[in-house]
Amino acid sequence: MDAANYLYLSALLFTIGAVGVVVRRNAIVVFMCVELMLNAANLAFVTFSRINGDLNGQVIAFFTMVVAACEVVVGLAIIVTIYRSRRSASVDDASLLKR
Amino acid sequence: MDFAAPVLNYSLLSPILILLAGALIGVLVEAFVSKALRPITQLSITLGSLVLSLVQVWRIRNEGSTTAAMGSVIVDGPAVLLQASILIISIISVFLIADTEQFTALAAALPGSDEERHALQSGNQVTEVYPLTLFAVSGMLLFPISSDLITLFVALEMLSLPLYLMAGLSRRRRLASQESALKYFLLGAFSSAFFLFGAAFLYGYSSSITFAGIHDAVNGAAGNDVFLLIGIAFLSIGLLFKVGAVPFHAWSPDVYQGAPTPVTAFMAAATKVAAFGAMLRIFYTAFANAQWSWTPVLSLIAIITMLFGSLVAITQRDVKRMLAYSSIAHAGFLLSGVIALNKAGLDASIFYLFAYGVATVGGFAIVTLVRDSAGEVTDLNRWKGLGKRSPWVATSFAVFLLAFAGIPLTSGFIGKFSIFSAAYESGAKGVVIAGVLSSAIAAFFYIRVIVLMFFTDPVEDGTSVEIPSSLTQITVAVSLIVTVALGVFPAPLLNFITDHAIFIR
Repeated sequence: MDAANYLYLSALLFTIGAVGVVVRRNAIVVFMCVELMLNAANLAFVTFSRINGDLNGQVIAFFTMVVAACEVVVGLAIIVTIYRSRRSASVDDASLLKR
Repeated sequence: MDFAAPVLNYSLLSPILILLAGALIGVLVEAFVSKALRPITQLSITLGSLVLSLVQVWRIRNEGSTTAAMGSVIVDGPAVLLQASILIISIISVFLIADTEQFTALAAALPGSDEERHALQSGNQVTEVYPLTLFAVSGMLLFPISSDLITLFVALEMLSLPLYLMAGLSRRRRLASQESALKYFLLGAFSSAFFLFGAAFLYGYSSSITFAGIHDAVNGAAGNDVFLLIGIAFLSIGLLFKVGAVPFHAWSPDVYQGAPTPVTAFMAAATKVAAFGAMLRIFYTAFANAQWSWTPVLSLIAIITMLFGSLVAITQRDVKRMLAYSSIAHAGFLLSGVIALNKAGLDASIFYLFAYGVATVGGFAIVTLVRDSAGEVTDLNRWKGLGKRSPWVATSFAVFLLAFAGIPLTSGFIGKFSIFSAAYESGAKGVVIAGVLSSAIAAFFYIRVIVLMFFTDPVEDGTSVEIPSSLTQITVAVSLIVTVALGVFPAPLLNFITDHAIFIR
């Protein structure tokens, strides 16, 4: 199978993630969409690694997973704090700072 | 099978390693030292490791122009200069962070709950903010010296993740502070996904993850240009978000306003140096020969950023939001240094970053001093007549505002003059015209604040100026001295930068 198809898939996943971030209201779902985008980038790295015959891309994929895990820790901490003080994780409710 | 151990050149990496060691010790202090001793212990460890790291940067300055950690990191003139700027800015910001009035007593407690009241009464302090600062600074030191895509991405996250948390730690208006942390986090994660996707396509284009490899691929024109364009565009989105350029600026006014002011000062100044440092390195080394593809778009973004920042700042009634829009305008001015793509542009950008960073920390230090019974007063209408009540504080703030506006005899003038002349030399006339025009617009609202402070009568509404703690005094004094000294005698620093700032690939 043509490796380029994986690039199309990765672009598709990235777009789904990006659209999700923009249209969804719940902070957790927004965050999951960001993770989808990171995984789309991972798929692109691994595909390019295969196309170019170079292992660096696969190494980056592992780094990305670790970084994404760190991001989950920080992100969920922030979202849970917001949820506890507002009883809602909707990103539209948090609008104290808008003028 | 033979195993070749990697050569890491620990001495070249030591500024970062010292900070990481300090941060880890700080985490242990949280666990093992009694509550009463923690603040002073943490402050000494933080300041100690920052100063030690600065000394180490000074010692490696002449070993420059070499790579470390198997080519993942480049230590050259600009690297040393940028690292030194970040460390100096961090040291004076840490004096502000040491002001415990600014931070919540217990971050995990619900706002307004008994738990929070109890924590406040027992004099609890969030000393975790010190190790978080050190982690962020170590990421900032790594960001402008990384020379491959893995290191760049890891450094980006290392500097961002602690900042997201620090934005949510304000003592007063905690809901707003938490909201700013959420916004900063979600938009930051969104932009780093773009950054990573761009990195993937640059890797696909050049089949190399190092900047040198990308540079060679651009020169050889071997790869698929579509991959290159997608890569440059998406990677730039990630970087432009970090520096707060329009249209990726949406987070910055909210985060500047919601975060505790010392954190705002630190984030506004140090992140900008780190992000522009990385941006300069990438565009000057990896993408230099693909100039045709990015100069027009980046020029347009620079022009929009300058004009938008200056125009919207006029309408702001909140001093922190006004400074946020002013920092957006400054991001535009700094982008003209990236567009210039010549040696003069690089020198001017480094000078500008340092001068602007120091003045920003000083400006926010003043904001922390103007208070009433409920905390900081950031409403500009209540700053009326500040000059009559406390002339020193108002005069210092006026000097920082004049530096932002780029009035002669302040560091801002030298910075703006040199960055615009570099851009003019390279032929980016449109950017220079927009820059001068928006500087004029910006001068209007800076001077309006000065008029408000000195030439209107004070209103009696409980606004008072806190007697600065000795640490805050140091911050203000150092920022003032640097701002004025660089305005009057810029030549020694400018010459030093000109002699040292040469990128190697």
